[in-house]
Amino acid sequence: MDMSMADPVLACEGLSYAVGQTWLLREVSLAVRAGENLGIVGPNGSGKSTLLKLLSGVHTPAAGEVRLLGQPLAKMRRRQVAQLLAVVEQQAETGDAISVRDAVELGRTPWLSALAPWGEEDERIVRQALRDVAVEHLQARIWHSLSGGERQRVHIARALAQRPTVLVLDEPTNHLDIRHQLSLLKLVHTLPVTTVAALHDLNQALGCDRLAVMEQGRMVALGAPCEVLTPERLRTTFGVHGHWLTDPADGARILRLRQLPSHESIEGNSPHVQ
Amino acid sequence: MSRAGHALAVPVGHGLWVVPLLCLALAAGVAIGETPISLPVVGQVLANKLWAAGYPLDPIDEGIVWNYRLTRTIVAAACGAGLAISGLILQSLLRNPLAEPYLLGISAGASTGAVLVALAGLGAGALSLSMGAFAGAIAAFLLVAALAHSARGMAGSGQIILAGIAGSQLFNALTAFLITKSASAEQARGIMFWLLGNLSGVRWHSVMLAVPVVLVGLAVCLWHRRALDAFTFGADSAASLGIPVRRVRFVLIGCAALVTAVMVSMVGSIGFVGLVIPHAVRLLVGVRHARLVPLSALAGALFLIAADVLSRTLIKGQVLPIGVITALVGAPVFALILIRGGRR
Repeated sequence: MDMSMADPVLACEGLSYAVGQTWLLREVSLAVRAGENLGIVGPNGSGKSTLLKLLSGVHTPAAGEVRLLGQPLAKMRRRQVAQLLAVVEQQAETGDAISVRDAVELGRTPWLSALAPWGEEDERIVRQALRDVAVEHLQARIWHSLSGGERQRVHIARALAQRPTVLVLDEPTNHLDIRHQLSLLKLVHTLPVTTVAALHDLNQALGCDRLAVMEQGRMVALGAPCEVLTPERLRTTFGVHGHWLTDPADGARILRLRQLPSHESIEGNSPHVQ
Repeated sequence: MSRAGHALAVPVGHGLWVVPLLCLALAAGVAIGETPISLPVVGQVLANKLWAAGYPLDPIDEGIVWNYRLTRTIVAAACGAGLAISGLILQSLLRNPLAEPYLLGISAGASTGAVLVALAGLGAGALSLSMGAFAGAIAAFLLVAALAHSARGMAGSGQIILAGIAGSQLFNALTAFLITKSASAEQARGIMFWLLGNLSGVRWHSVMLAVPVVLVGLAVCLWHRRALDAFTFGADSAASLGIPVRRVRFVLIGCAALVTAVMVSMVGSIGFVGLVIPHAVRLLVGVRHARLVPLSALAGALFLIAADVLSRTLIKGQVLPIGVITALVGAPVFALILIRGGRR
């Protein structure tokens, strides 16, 4: 649990965000270490997406500060941020008939300018990104002919083409079938970048190095998955009954989740957790 | 398809065949008319005027070519190009296929300004119809922009579209009010005609304004071609690709508004070009702006040159409003492209 603050890649301090009178996020402080896979979990509306939007600089915090490689995000140019940090949104859609190849090439945007036009290196990086998520065979396909899983993989390829230090993903496995969920998470965890991902499925979140648990806009726990996902935490934050099991096949620890008996359920927390 | 994209990343490559094509279209636009003038004569007039070549020519032919047809053809081309890139910018930035240059309240404002000058005598004769229209267009755009800016809490591009609708309705109502209150039937008809697009008042001073404006607009768009590409998946996605979204929106929407306001104040609100040309070009060449921007400008220019020729020649002895032609010809052509594009 003891957090080493030595050179966090991405950090925030006292981060708050409000829309109108509603606080969506309150005083979140967090430091992401180089190379780690940090998962953000919490029930619907707990502030996971908001936190990611602030960490990636898409929204500006009402209070607090985000630092990317030690620099205040608010003082950096968007282009500079995009060279270090890439975002895979929950569902970024388009009506345009853009090809997979062109969509992945968008990832090179922060690196191109009048003085640095498209070159061999960009070509190589895009090819590599397509290969990394195994969508090379789709490159000529038009966006609306892709399945949900293919679209998500293309988005990840686009993010990888940015050659980021940090990859921020908002529920990347949403709408994917189970096979693609597992392969995508494996892919994300094996990438040579620091990742921060909001995740819905708690058992899938167990694969992360650390988990931040969000509840009503606050971060209520941070640490190794088996340490933070205690039966007590699962009951109060997620409104479910849960306990740890050991899979006899490989000795892995998994969570068994059940609905709380109705008189125990916590008000305001939706018990709909997979 | 995408491979070609890199070769064209620097859009200068288009210039090789665009320039002769555009020259040919301009020459055809000048030659065709109620009194046809042969292409060699057109060439000789240009040679006389530009290099003092001294060909012996009928001064009436010379006058028609130089002062009348050449100017209106050039302005038609500039307007077509300007409206097409303005429409393209708005469709790309606002992620709305129905976006077009007049969305920002510009044509409505221009008509109010023109009507104020023509009917209410605003400016006491010192203001021309065009200046009134330009002032109205800019006033309407500023109102729409202010409204969109203050409509916080609404997501994304919705606010500017709704603000544009509100602004357009307001200024259209003002125009209608002014016309019913103070216009004679004759005046009302003249204004209607002007609102539908009219190139007959165009002279060299219009060329001197329209051409630089459209070239600057084109340059600004080309400079921002990658930023425009980055909006493919929406504004948040553009931001995460390193685009300073607010600044780019401000510059590009301002540019579209200015180009449109200049064009509308010169020739009235010619419809259809700004909406349909970008879609048609997108269906033909794909979604990357390195190609879309110059080709939309070219297609818009060619389309309006052709529409102007048709408007002058379709009915003997009468010039139809060019806006009528753009819609009558453009709609079926666009339908064809849609059907073809759908099969692809």
